[in-house]
Amino acid sequence: MNWRGWYTLLYKELLRFYKVALQTIGAPIITALLYLLVFSHVLASNVQALPGVTYGHFLIPGLMMMSLIQNAFANSSSSIIQSKVTGNLIFILMTPLSSAEFLLAFVVASIVRGFLVAAGIYVMALFFMKLPLVHPLVALLFAVLAGGALGSLGVIAGIWADKFDQMAGFQNFIIMPLSFLSGVFYSIHSLPPVWAKVSHFNPFFYMIDGFRYGFFGVSDVAPWTSLVAALLFLALTTAVALGMVVRGYKLRS
Amino acid sequence: MSGPETAGPAFPPAIRISGLRKHYGSVHAVDGIDLEVRRGEFFGLLGPNGAGKSTLINIMAGLARADEGSVSVLGHDVVTDYRKARRALGVVPQEIVFDPFFTVREVLALQAGYFGLGGESEAWREELLSALMLVEKGDANMRSLSGGMKRRVLIAQALVHRPEVVVLDEPTAGVDVELRQLLWVFIRRLQKEGHTILLTTHYLEEAELLCDRIAIVSSGRIIALDSKENLLSRNFHQTLCITLSADSAPVPATLLAKALSVAGNRLEFRLKKGVDATMEILEELKLSGAKIADLHTQQTDLEDVFLELTRRPMS
Ligand SMILES: Nc1ncnc2c1ncn2[C@@H]1O[C@H](COP(=O)(O)OP(=O)(O)OP(=O)(O)O)[C@@H](O)[C@H]1O
Ligand SMILES: [Mg+2]
Repeated sequence: MNWRGWYTLLYKELLRFYKVALQTIGAPIITALLYLLVFSHVLASNVQALPGVTYGHFLIPGLMMMSLIQNAFANSSSSIIQSKVTGNLIFILMTPLSSAEFLLAFVVASIVRGFLVAAGIYVMALFFMKLPLVHPLVALLFAVLAGGALGSLGVIAGIWADKFDQMAGFQNFIIMPLSFLSGVFYSIHSLPPVWAKVSHFNPFFYMIDGFRYGFFGVSDVAPWTSLVAALLFLALTTAVALGMVVRGYKLRS
Repeated sequence: MSGPETAGPAFPPAIRISGLRKHYGSVHAVDGIDLEVRRGEFFGLLGPNGAGKSTLINIMAGLARADEGSVSVLGHDVVTDYRKARRALGVVPQEIVFDPFFTVREVLALQAGYFGLGGESEAWREELLSALMLVEKGDANMRSLSGGMKRRVLIAQALVHRPEVVVLDEPTAGVDVELRQLLWVFIRRLQKEGHTILLTTHYLEEAELLCDRIAIVSSGRIIALDSKENLLSRNFHQTLCITLSADSAPVPATLLAKALSVAGNRLEFRLKKGVDATMEILEELKLSGAKIADLHTQQTDLEDVFLELTRRPMS
């Protein structure tokens, strides 16, 4: 393993979003807080959350995870497509970095960005309400799994897309709807049975539900189920992403 | 015994290319190339646009994958032993590409890092900056550099890990005369310090000035491979330049038809060596009563050889 090479690529990816932190960390935190302010007042009396959890509390981990998902995806996907379109990805492809090192650097950077956004939302929310964190390690585990899976998915999308609008399509037609309809704003038990069933095929649902379990110790489905689902999704996205990098699909002509 | 550079696996050549093929759709970009570049050599790769030079270089660098055949750098296969091959190789790409997020120094530090180098390589990076006259621009963002400066950063980037084999894909394209000379001096110095240089260029005088051996590629194949001296002495054609005096009789039409160019009282004939005779033309001129004011032949340069070899058949 070329550790220093790997670490350098990770560092570069971190530096890339750190240099524009206002846009990459600050903006999503503000957006999530706006959701929190609006929805916790508007929906508080209408939506049934988890037993023993107020709606405002219920909403926060959901918003954290939704933002984590979107930003982890955005980080690796935008970095790869930008480097591909501007052509500077060759500086990485010509180095002794292996495919696994390449992928792991992008994925870890995505986890870090997703985590920072989620943590930022948590800290800001503390100004408004006191929030339990019953199983912090469980919450952390789900944050890492989700960040990793979305980092890999971002690598897949970044490699696959040839143009920025294809990338935007991926983001707007897949990532956004799936993350919105995954139980961020409601418990799936409050949905009509058909939609509740459909939600079970959404991997983001398990990430949010397991994450929420870390905060409240209660969840829609058993945390083990969510863990297995999140692990499977991570394994799938990582395997596909690695396969693409190894084969040089759209990377090495 | 041959020289150390050809003496078996213990001393592999700088670059060995065998049976290499690569196609894009119906285009055979590389169509069966075998080539060895010796260690320490200054090797020129010439050829018209689209000949396959960059494709060949991309395969070496791992940016493109061959359909058939193999490439090794210092004996390390670029696919199966890519880590060692890439450590031994520094490639300056033809296109100017850069990462707009970083400064020149950051770019070089990152590039060194990918190769596993840290602070210990900083002195070398600074040396590169000063050799390429980039010191004042060291902390400038890549975006703010001129094209020539970006080109020099590309060269520095290719050298951060002190590769033994350096490949430059048209490093002097679109570069002003002064900078071109700076680059020549710099690349020559690299060779003197023991690096093997592979250079592609469309400036034939550049190849003539710098290279020890030259391969001419056309349509994905090597059509000539020889030392510069041998290539020049091939001397396929000779140009005969005749200037007629003002009071000369007009040149017969049969002769004008043979001329390569006619400009006022100046005639140029392109003569194939051993086929067309200079004397015949002179005899014919004399018979017509033309008076010759000046007469000389032009030496072959690489451009003639190049044009001769790569000329596409006229339809
Ligand atoms: N990625 C690619 N996809 C499709 N065709 C390609 C690709 N890269 C090169 N080609 C084709 O392969 C052929 C060789 O191109 P290459 O860039 O190797 O030529 P070159 O000798 O470097 O030319 P130049 O002197 O203009 O740089 C050309 O016909 C080119 O169009
Ligand atoms: Mg080229």
